Amino acid sequence: MLFQAARPHLSPARIKKLLLCHPALARILVIIALFLLWEGAARWWVDPIFLSPPSQVLTSLDTVFETRGVPAALRVTFWELAVAFAMSVVIGLVVGLAVGLSKFSYRSTMPIILLLYGTPQVTILPLFILYFGIGPASKIAFGVSHGVFPIIVTTVAGVQNIKPILMTAARSMGASHWQLFRWVIFPHMIPSFFAGMRLGMTGVLLGVLLAELYVSTAGIGYFTQMFTQNFDPTKLLGLISVLAAMAIMLNEIVRRAEVHFARWRMD
Amino acid sequence: MSTRQDRRVKFASSAVQVGFLVGLMALWYLGTAYWGVSHLLLPDPVKVWHELEDVLSTGEYLPDLQVTLTELAIAFAISCTSGVTLGYLISRSPYMIKVFEPLLAGIYSVPIILFLPLYVLFFSLGPGSKIAIGTTISFFPIVLNTIAGFGYVDRIFIIAARSMGASDLQMFRYVLLPAALPVILTGLRIGFIIALLSILGSETIASLAGLGHKIVHLAEAMETARMFAYIAFVVAIAATLNTIASALERRAQRQ
Repeated sequence: MLFQAARPHLSPARIKKLLLCHPALARILVIIALFLLWEGAARWWVDPIFLSPPSQVLTSLDTVFETRGVPAALRVTFWELAVAFAMSVVIGLVVGLAVGLSKFSYRSTMPIILLLYGTPQVTILPLFILYFGIGPASKIAFGVSHGVFPIIVTTVAGVQNIKPILMTAARSMGASHWQLFRWVIFPHMIPSFFAGMRLGMTGVLLGVLLAELYVSTAGIGYFTQMFTQNFDPTKLLGLISVLAAMAIMLNEIVRRAEVHFARWRMD
Repeated sequence: MSTRQDRRVKFASSAVQVGFLVGLMALWYLGTAYWGVSHLLLPDPVKVWHELEDVLSTGEYLPDLQVTLTELAIAFAISCTSGVTLGYLISRSPYMIKVFEPLLAGIYSVPIILFLPLYVLFFSLGPGSKIAIGTTISFFPIVLNTIAGFGYVDRIFIIAARSMGASDLQMFRYVLLPAALPVILTGLRIGFIIALLSILGSETIASLAGLGHKIVHLAEAMETARMFAYIAFVVAIAATLNTIASALERRAQRQ
């Protein structure tokens, strides 16, 4: 009796109701449909030197990792991303605080920062290679150049958004500079700082991967180029999927951190 | 009481800005002219200026500019029409929004530039791969903002208009469109800018023509002065397009 209730009969009306109540289920179905479309297209319509079906990509993922140099290249790229992100956060935080905490420095340096933020860095990518060489240093520098500005801008915004009354109150109760920073400015800065870290992570990913694709001797860009030139879409797609998974993971970590640290404002 | 002090702060801060730029130029000049910084790494500013004059007066930039702008125009036209249309269709039902919005936002968070090698494989080294990457990258902010614009119109407006007997067309023209337009325009501006950036970037990485290609070509030929001139030119073009897009957005939002 109980078991029968637990296994309802799947009639079309029932499925429709189930889908209407759970949009996430429908979303998964859409994703599955897209993959089936890809599988079908790759199997029957498209030339196999351009596209391989997802099933084949998945089953040959291990051959990608077995290709000589790929694990090392993934490590190099991951290392570049980590260093570039850490540097962006530190520089962005320091510059953002220096700019945001005084009205004078805000007014004098903010336009310069916005001007630099607005210029398209891709045009000077060859310069980064010229100055920092073709190794990891140029990728890190280019990643920092993409990641640091959103962090500066959001840190400044976070510092500026503190209600003056809180500052005045703390000061009139005799808070020192350090206490003011630790107990008033810092907690208010946290949510926008993490929003900035999320934007900065997007920027760092873009910058490092762009520089990798442009010129690379050991990183992931070298292998994407090799697989493209060998018309080996199975390995190329495998490598891109691994990188996309890495990017999603990094983005998700920062996003979770943002949600976690912005929580105190909710109550 | 503080207007005078305000003016003084304003003056001092502009002085700092001007001083920064002048100092930078002076450092650049001194570094190249007297302190012996390699001309291959940093050409002297006077030479860059002459190269820029030369590039502009001979009209040498025209073919590359035309290639880049054509790619941008086609990519933006495709992503604009498809993004707004799809966004509108999805925004018609809250259920569709719930199904598709997280999906699109999820794909948007992947750095799409990763697919460039794949696009080069599909669409060759020519303008095709640039148009494709520009379209893909600019599609997402446009469709997401269109969904946000049409999908979250205040229900009070819709109910009020319907109870006053608005037809579907009137509803679209006088309620939905004015409410959604500012958000959509922001999406279009972001899409336009990142389409430009990604097209320049993909031209830098692998291409046959275009402004990005020209800069790389000059870098590889070690003609640094001319490369600096081209970089200045491209930055000016990008800044102009950015300003025009922002001005159009602001003007349309005011109406």
